[in-house]
Order: sequence, then structure tokens, then C-alpha cells
Amino acid sequence: MTAKRRQGQLRERFHQAAWQEPLVMHTGRRGRRGVLLPDAGPAIRAEAGDVLAPVPASLRRAEPPVLPELSQPEVVRHYTRLSQMVLANNVVTSLGLGTTTMKYNPIINELLSRSPKLTELHPDQDDSTMQGILELLYRFSAILADISGMERFTFQPAGGSQGILANALMMRAYHASRGEADQRDEMITTIFSHPANAAAPATVGYRVVTLYPGPDGIPDLDALKAAVGPRTAGLMMTNPEDTGIFNPRVAEYVRVVHEAGGLCAYDQANANSILGVTRARDAGFDMCQFNLHKTFGVPHGCMGGAVGATGVQPALVPFLPRPTVEFDGTRYYLDDDRPLSVGAVRSGLGNIGSTLKAYAWVCAMGSEGLRDAAHLAVLNNNYLMRKVLAIPGSSLSFAETNPTRRLEQARYSWEQMSAETGIHTTGVHDRMIDYGVQGYFSSHHPWLIPEPFTLEPTESASQEDLDEFAEVLGRVVEEARENPGVFAGAPHNSSAGAPVREGLRPAMTWHAFEALQGKAGG
Amino acid sequence: MGDPAARTVYPYIPNSVPAITSEMLAAVGAATTDELYDVIPPAIRLGRPLDLPGPQLSEYDLRRHVEDLLAANRPTSEVLSFLGGGCWPHYIPAVCDEVASRGEFITAYHDGERSMLGSYQAQFEFQSMMGELTGMQMVSTTTYDWGTAAASSLIMAIQITGRHEVVVPASIAPVRLREIRTIVGPTAAISLVGHDPVTGALDLDALRAAVTSETAAVYVEVPSYLGFLEPAAAAIGEAAHGAGALFVVGVDPSSLGVLAGPRAYGADIVCGDLQPLGIHMTAGGGNAGFIATPHEDRYIATCPTLLVSIVPTVHEGEYVFEWANFESISYGLRAESHDFAGTAQTIWAIVAGAYLALMGPTGMRDLGETIMQRGAYARARLAELPGVTAPVFDATHFKEFVLRFDGTPLTVSEINAALRDRGIYGGKDLTADFPGLGKAALYCVTEIHRQQDIDRLVATLREILR
Repeated sequence: MTAKRRQGQLRERFHQAAWQEPLVMHTGRRGRRGVLLPDAGPAIRAEAGDVLAPVPASLRRAEPPVLPELSQPEVVRHYTRLSQMVLANNVVTSLGLGTTTMKYNPIINELLSRSPKLTELHPDQDDSTMQGILELLYRFSAILADISGMERFTFQPAGGSQGILANALMMRAYHASRGEADQRDEMITTIFSHPANAAAPATVGYRVVTLYPGPDGIPDLDALKAAVGPRTAGLMMTNPEDTGIFNPRVAEYVRVVHEAGGLCAYDQANANSILGVTRARDAGFDMCQFNLHKTFGVPHGCMGGAVGATGVQPALVPFLPRPTVEFDGTRYYLDDDRPLSVGAVRSGLGNIGSTLKAYAWVCAMGSEGLRDAAHLAVLNNNYLMRKVLAIPGSSLSFAETNPTRRLEQARYSWEQMSAETGIHTTGVHDRMIDYGVQGYFSSHHPWLIPEPFTLEPTESASQEDLDEFAEVLGRVVEEARENPGVFAGAPHNSSAGAPVREGLRPAMTWHAFEALQGKAGG
Repeated sequence: MGDPAARTVYPYIPNSVPAITSEMLAAVGAATTDELYDVIPPAIRLGRPLDLPGPQLSEYDLRRHVEDLLAANRPTSEVLSFLGGGCWPHYIPAVCDEVASRGEFITAYHDGERSMLGSYQAQFEFQSMMGELTGMQMVSTTTYDWGTAAASSLIMAIQITGRHEVVVPASIAPVRLREIRTIVGPTAAISLVGHDPVTGALDLDALRAAVTSETAAVYVEVPSYLGFLEPAAAAIGEAAHGAGALFVVGVDPSSLGVLAGPRAYGADIVCGDLQPLGIHMTAGGGNAGFIATPHEDRYIATCPTLLVSIVPTVHEGEYVFEWANFESISYGLRAESHDFAGTAQTIWAIVAGAYLALMGPTGMRDLGETIMQRGAYARARLAELPGVTAPVFDATHFKEFVLRFDGTPLTVSEINAALRDRGIYGGKDLTADFPGLGKAALYCVTEIHRQQDIDRLVATLREILR
């Protein structure tokens, strides 16, 4: 027998690790130690005396915290087992996680980011002792400036939403500098942009106007024209939006807002398709943010550390968060003396470990490589789309009204399949995990597209990955028609049994859970 | 793309092999990948190649390039450093580095309560252990850092009380105040309350004057940024509560093996930073905030991060974990919410959980105690230097303290430059941020500082100040 399994073949007998691992608080034995600390030594002990005696009584800890008491092997096994119960990007194909750009995260970049030359830096070190990282940040700002057409970037925001917040704050500061901050109290965004484009401006006091798509899936230009006016602070939008639809008239939208005196911020969370193809400046945007944890190969870390690298046109440079990284021809330095700056959105230099990984990714790819990454992400998406749309009961959102190519991702619908089988998109999501792929992303809220799912293969997916993923979806839909009972309680071959949510209230700690169960008469 | 045969095959891009690209192009009915972009009008196309450096195509060249850049750094591990002030040098147990380097944690996102069980469970365990440390039953997922956690806590109080003023201590970390002003400033008035110049204790009369019927929250830090412990924390909480305001306390969790969880002295909301719990400083990249509250609907409804909740399964004693508040934050509410939730610092919550599991109650007590012992020793030795006041505040300190050099001819900046020449990073210069303290610097002493390290600092200062 010399049968070989083929790459991309359906994993019929996949099973995820299911360790039945107890909660760490419920493990260990009294007295065990996981790590010992260095003792201060006799001289220090003698000098210090009883250091706890002078602590004000109300601040003294009465009882030790109820933490587990574990030996080191127990801790290592526990966390290793937990890690095995995670279908991470290094483990399975995660190309179903649309809007998230789950591309490969190069191992070399991880190794480089663990250098003590980086990890043991303190943010208040003298600039002269941080020339390496300051040069890297300065260079990377110039690189992103070329990619976007912006002038300068800050790496302070530690996530895309924080970058969006920084953009809203800079708009406010810009209008304030012209005496129009109070007058311009409205922010415009689109419903297919990330929720933070609405929420972050609202958090800092803006009234938010949301544009809905026209029949072609593109934000309605007439609605924008009706929305702008003397109260408009700006527009915050993505392009392509989460549907994968690129708005070809984007420059006109920007012009409408500019003519009303507003600014335009480009949420480039979906930039992976357009690197080296079109830039924020080409459409006239004043500012933008790149999610380095998406487009630039930085891992997601289960949701961070991330970087929302935020860039602006020359006129807005004075408003960037401070400190900025500057170069005087001989040395790099942090400039904190920036009176027009919006202030700080985060402490320290930002997630420099993640920023370094993004810098290394660009260095490894170069100009051609970035363009090839974008082109192949789009090719992968279009290749996958053919296969997905061949599955009976699937459809592409806005397919009839907008036949343009979807770029790096696409939003689909199971509306027909669901009507025929009673199986919903959430059911497909759960069942597909039984075939050894990560579940897919449905859609941000609200679900304008019924029974949505959003796929974004990125350039990192091989043709075999794409074939396998489409085959998994095809199999699951077959099951919906022929064996719908299999969806109850799925996934069956995952890490745990089906959740029982009946009568359940949220509990974010074990204590709260116990208290609620007790109250429920348990 | 140009001539397919001349293209580079990129190790990160499986389909960059020309034959595979061609096969896939044929499948989608396009002759070139350029054709896939026909939706983008020429007017907004770049029309030229990007002008980027490199590429460093081989892994070896890339490694050399980045390492050469980093070589110009002189990190704290190559010197003796007393910098702290919100980003602190602690010993990182090797197990924490192992957990932090697991590709399964690093390269995951968040989808699926079962396909991602391990990371959710680690997150929930972290929350439960932070609840024990702070005395709270509701713990958030991570925020971007302590400053955003503090700003978010104040916004919670504003939402809960419907009031639009907050009171913070003048001794707050300057960068934290800057973050609060940046994030809360547009929607609320922020007033500062000073402290006793001798003891550091918050000026209670000034506090009572500042707290009005419009006050949403009073915020204090224990320990304070300047290192002293606020002796009247409970009374401050009572003053806040007396006016119908919430009492928000910022903490350094490395103190909570020896110091009370703030709930014990009346805190309604606790916030702080995880970085001291097994996370490398990375010039601030290691910072990650948290928020902890009682398990009450008003806090759960306003907490501006995603919340991870426990859910039983069909098997007794088995649990999974899921987002509990998706509908009540921006993911569900968009502009009707008051947050900027999103990808934040979750990887550090997993590492901090592993740290707490390693340390246990005894480790956390030992940590607090040894930090206080070493600090006491350092202050006693430094006080012997002529012209130096150590510490400036007559108070109990944790981890940090203010040194004053008023009796010496040198400025803090000059002293730090001289120390730097001798392989020591002195404490953070407070001269600009706290002019009232004179020629002052904030020194941080933790479990990594040995007796000989402190003695070396003292001897070197003696030489510099002679």
C-alpha cells in the first residue's frame, strides 16, 4: 500500500485537542511554588526591618489573594495544553476570517522581536541610548508614507480602533486651530466600515451620521451630499469596504467633504489588496491608518498587541500624537514639544515589537513583493469566489447590481441555502470546524446581508488551501441538505461539548459564576 | 505583473510560483493579475512602482539588517537602570517567555468559543485571578494600557452617573493625565487636587471643595506615581460616595500580594497595568490595561471592552467561554456606544495569567515584600549622600520614590548624563513635570536590584556629586 494523502484533501477524521483541562484556579496543592524570587539578603533585610508594619492599616492586605499554588511543570503543562486547544493561524487555515487579513506571520520576525535590544528598552531612556529603535520607527514612517502618500506616521496607537480614535482627535484639533471645533460636531461614516469609525468619534463627543449603501453596495453619494455642511468635521471610511467592493468614485466623496470644509480619514484596515496599486493620497484623503497586525504580517495575538499606524498629510503633522520621532541629520530624537498635538493616546513608544515585525515584513518583501502580495491576495479571493459560488445556495452580496471584481475579500450570503434547509450561517460556521479549518466571520452588525459570511484568503493561502476550504464548505452544505441533524451541537470534534446557555447570565470571574449559580438555587 | 518567469518566488506567498499563478488566472478568466483591478480608475492609480528600500530577500540578510539597526540600542539589560514610572523592570520567569512565544497564542485571532477554547480559558483564568487580587468579581479584557483603562473607567463613571466632571490627583503620572485629557477631555471637565508637600497625602479639604454634585468620579492611584502610599484612600472614597460620585482606583498589581485589593477600601472601579506581571517593558509595548468592578449590571453594561464570560457545556464540570457584551458595545451599537474597542493587548493577559499561576499567593507576597525591602535599603543609603533628600515624601513607599538633589550644584539632567557615562540609567527626571518638587527624580527599585547594584548607584552618585 503506497496510498498518499493529497494536500488539500478533506480531513474527514479531524479532531482537535480536547484536554478537559481544569481551570487553573482549581489546580495545584497548598504550598507548591512555581518560581522562586531572589532573596534580598541579610544586609537589606536588617536595614529594612518589617516593611509592612508602617503600611496604613486600610491598605494592608488582610488575607493572601486566593491564587492557585502550582509547581512549575504543572504550569507549563497547563498552558501548553491550553495552547493546543487553539486553532491558530499557524495551525489551520484561517482564511474564513474576513476583514481580519489572517496572513502568514514570519517566524524570523518573532525571533527578531524577542531581542533584549528591543524588549529591555525603557520608554524614558535617553534618546542617545535608543538610536536603533528610533531610526527603525523613522524609516518605517517614511516607508508607510511612500505606500500611502501621506507625510508622516505615528506608531503610538496600539490597535486599529485607537488609530481611528487618533484620526477623530486630529480632526477636532485641526478644526479647533481654525476656531471651528464647536461648529463642526458631526462625523460621517459608512455602515460597512468597521464599527470603531462610528464609535470612536462618538466617544470623543461627535454626533455620527451613517451612510448606507445604494443598490450597488457603494455608500450613497447623494446621501453624502445631503449630509455634509458647516457642521461636518469629517468622513471616516474604508475602501474597499468589508464587502470587498471598491468604490471607484471615492475621490468624488472626498471632494464633497472637502468642499464642505471637512477632513477625510481613510480606515485602511482593508489595504491588503491595494498595496502599490492606489494610495490614500491618490483619492485625496487627509489621513489614514494601517492595521499592521493585518496588512503587514504582524500576528494578532488573540487580539493584540497590534498597531494602528496613523499617517497624515503635511498640514496635519502638527496635530499628530506626541512625542514624534525626528531626525536632525545626525541623531534621532523624540520631540515632545508640540503645542498643537492632540496629546497622547497611549504611553511609551507604542507596540514597538509589533512595529518591528511589520518593518521586517516590508524589508523582506520590497516594492515588488508588496505589489505581488496584493495581486495574489486578490487572485486568491477571486479564485475562491468561483468555487464558493459553485456551491448551491450561496450568493455574492450585490452580485446583480454590482458586477465589479471583489478585491481581497468578499461578503457572501447563505440566504437561499438557509431557506431551503433551515441551517443558518452560524450553523455552517460551527460545523466547518469539524473538518479542521477555523470557522468563518459572518459580518459586523447590523447584518444588512442576510445569512452573511465574509472570506478573505490573503496571499498566504496556497491553491490547495483554497480548494480544501471550498470543499469543506461544499461538504457542510451537502450535510445541510442531507443530514441536517449533524448540525445540532456541532462542532463535534472540537475541544469541548456544546455550550448550555439556558438561563445563563454573564460571569467574567469564577467567583461571579459561583455566586450566580448559588442564587439560581444550585 | 511583468514577465511571470522573471518573478521572485516569495517564501511567504505559496502561489507566487509563476505556473501556479497562471493556472489560477486561467481559472478566474483573467490574463494578468492587473486585469483583476479594472474597478480602480486610472486617475487614482499610483502609476509607478513603490520606492521602498531593499528587499532583503534572504532571511539571513533580513536578520543582519534588523540586528544591525537594533545594535545601536543600549537597553536596560546592558546597564544598571532605575527607570520605572509606569513601565517597570521586573524579572520575567522563563515560563512566561515560553507561554508568550507559543505560536498557537501569537497567531490566533478570536473566532469560535470551542475552536479557540484554550485562549479564551486563559483569558478567563486571568480575569478570575485579577478579581482575587483586586477584590472584584468583574474583570475586563485588556485595554491598550493603564492610561486608556483609567480614561475608560472615568467614561464608565460618566455614563453611570450622568455627570460630566472628574477629579484626579495632581500626583498622577503625566502621561496618564495626558491620555485622560486626550480621551475624556472632549466630553468632561477634569480637575486636579494637590497633596501635602510633606507626606504626599491628598489634600482632603481641596478634594471636598472639588467634589460637587456634577462629579462623576474621583480617581486616585495606590501606589501613587511618585511612589508613596495614599494614607487616606478610604476617606477619599467616602468623600466621593458622599457626593454621589464613584471611587476609581488605579493600581500596580505587583503590589497586591501585600497591599489590599482596592475593593477593601471602597473602590467602585479598579484599573491598572499588567506589564509588571511577567511582561517585558519593550519601551512601553509591554503595557496593557485592565478594569475590574463589582459584578453589577451598571458596570457590565458600560465596560468599554469585550467581556469574556463562562458558559457550561453538556458535560458536567466542563466550560467554554464567549463574549458576553457584544451587543452593548461598539460592535453591536456602533455610534450609540462610548468605546473604541478592538484588537488591544490580549496576548499580555495570557502571559499575566501564567505569571500569577506561577507566583501564587506566596510569590506575590514575596514580591511585594522584597520590593519594599530593597526600596527601604536604597532610600537609607541614598539619604547618606550630602545634598540629597531621600525620599522627598515622609510616607510608606512601594517600588518608587522621589529623590531630590537641591543641595547639590548639578541638575537632574546633568546627574543622569554623568550616571549614563558610568553605565547607570538614573531615575526619571521630574523637573519639568513637577516643578514644585525642585531638582527631583523618580527612582524605581524592584526585585531585580541587588544590594551591590544599589551600593554601586550610591557610590557613583557620591563620585558625581563630589
